[in-house]
Amino acid sequence: MKIYDIAFVCRSKNAGPFQLTVDLMFKEKSEYDKVLSSPNFTPEKIAPLYRTTPDKVQIKLFERILTVKVVLPRLTGSGSPDDTDVYGSQQHFPLGDLEV
Amino acid sequence: MKELRYLSLCGMLGYGYKPVSLENAFAEKLDFIGVDAGSTDPGPYYLGSGKSFVKELQMKRDLALVLKRALEKKIPLIIGSAGGSGARPHTDRVVKVLQEIAAEQQLKFKAAVIYSDLEKSFLEKMAAEGRISPCGGAPEFDADSIPRICNPVAQFGTGPIIEALQTGADVIVSGRCCDTAVFAAFPIMKGFPAGLALHAAKIAECGALCARPAGANDSLVVTLREDSFTVAPPDPERKCTPDSVAAHSLYEQPDPYCFYEPEGMIDMRNSSFEQTSPRGVTVRGTLLRPAEKETLKLEGAAFCGFRSITIAGLRDPNAIANLDAIEEGVRKAVAISIKNITEEYSLRFLRYGVDAVGGRLEAPAAIPPREAALVIEAIAPTQDLADTAISLARSSALHQQFPNRKSTAGNLAFPFSPSDFKGGEVYEFALYHLLDMEGVELEFKPVIMEIC
Repeated sequence: MKIYDIAFVCRSKNAGPFQLTVDLMFKEKSEYDKVLSSPNFTPEKIAPLYRTTPDKVQIKLFERILTVKVVLPRLTGSGSPDDTDVYGSQQHFPLGDLEV
Repeated sequence: MKELRYLSLCGMLGYGYKPVSLENAFAEKLDFIGVDAGSTDPGPYYLGSGKSFVKELQMKRDLALVLKRALEKKIPLIIGSAGGSGARPHTDRVVKVLQEIAAEQQLKFKAAVIYSDLEKSFLEKMAAEGRISPCGGAPEFDADSIPRICNPVAQFGTGPIIEALQTGADVIVSGRCCDTAVFAAFPIMKGFPAGLALHAAKIAECGALCARPAGANDSLVVTLREDSFTVAPPDPERKCTPDSVAAHSLYEQPDPYCFYEPEGMIDMRNSSFEQTSPRGVTVRGTLLRPAEKETLKLEGAAFCGFRSITIAGLRDPNAIANLDAIEEGVRKAVAISIKNITEEYSLRFLRYGVDAVGGRLEAPAAIPPREAALVIEAIAPTQDLADTAISLARSSALHQQFPNRKSTAGNLAFPFSPSDFKGGEVYEFALYHLLDMEGVELEFKPVIMEIC
């Protein structure tokens, strides 16, 4: 299954002008666990999707509300001449398409 | 037990709030009112140009309802990162709005205004001393960008606001400051624990965003004690829940368990969230781990030129299939025509429906769209040159040849006349860095103004 189809919230936003945060929220613990236990859901697998290196991909867990946060570097600073998404609010893809 | 109570007017000055929220908040004693306006979210343009993301009439509406009541109750009104980016033009704009309200409502009060602007010579000195380091994923600081930087500011913490409060001012208008400083300064000044004060402030600065339904366009009341704080929306149609308040720490933040302020790291690993009233949530256990060294966050936007754009639609399948060829042809044609005018320009082709949003990360869809939009952007050193470049690009794109072209009368559907738009100045965040403050003398002193 794709992450986008499992999560009930799949969103992205700037965390400052040079970072993105992708938040994945799940209704069921089993869904949260399914994503986290997938061999595809690792910094090594996510980094190339966002043209970065695994050391720059942070996966943070917030189990209390069954949420996984993925922090990624932006390709370019928010609003700079080569940016395409000032708020970073459509950058949850390609992660949303990741099969788990 | 020692307790204080404050109102966060809304998530951003100008976003609005319900009058009933103000009524309900004032039904009990308040110690101060705060409202934050700061954000880098809308991009570098607002800091660089000195313009405000939120219109003056919006700010005036939000302040006009609350100012008189705050003065009557003799409680301070604290406005943070005035005008959005908090540089001098933004800060002065908020002072002007206050002056207008004072004149219209016959009010007289004392304002303490704190400017957070930095001199470029100061930046040069700090860069030369190697004191500027990246934060939040920014690249290394490029000191060569300093001449292009407009409105460099420091994002200070609670210190300067506490100093402004101590002048006895009725209204504090702060330039760029940490969002938390607006709401944590008063409690820290009164001796409340900084960890709880800063965590409460972090939630308060977004107004009722932590409530359900969430609303940055409404108010939040915070009650702070020595061992806990409670957040509750004064609008009876909203409520806070333990999950809604806990989830707020996710929003636009890289880490749900901690955040960093000039005062140190706010540690929420042991924070608890409890429903203690039908619409209120009490938080305990948040700690401040003081910073080992004093740093100051700097922000600045560097000027990159002027923008002009054109927007057009495509329906012809051969044209959509040949967008690459069209772009290549247009680039060549513009290069020839513009050569004797300028060589300093850049063009960008954004192909909506094809790959404009995710094209740098994803391959185009296997099935081409039935319709697509083409946005062509020109950036050049002056508006006139950008307008000229886009005019050439637009006419070239309309008539550009490509393989199997059947639409020989024109490739593009322009929805508007004129079809070109001035985008104004273009900036980039060149300064989003930390300054090592050890041994640096830099003060942000309140300027007292009588407003009537």
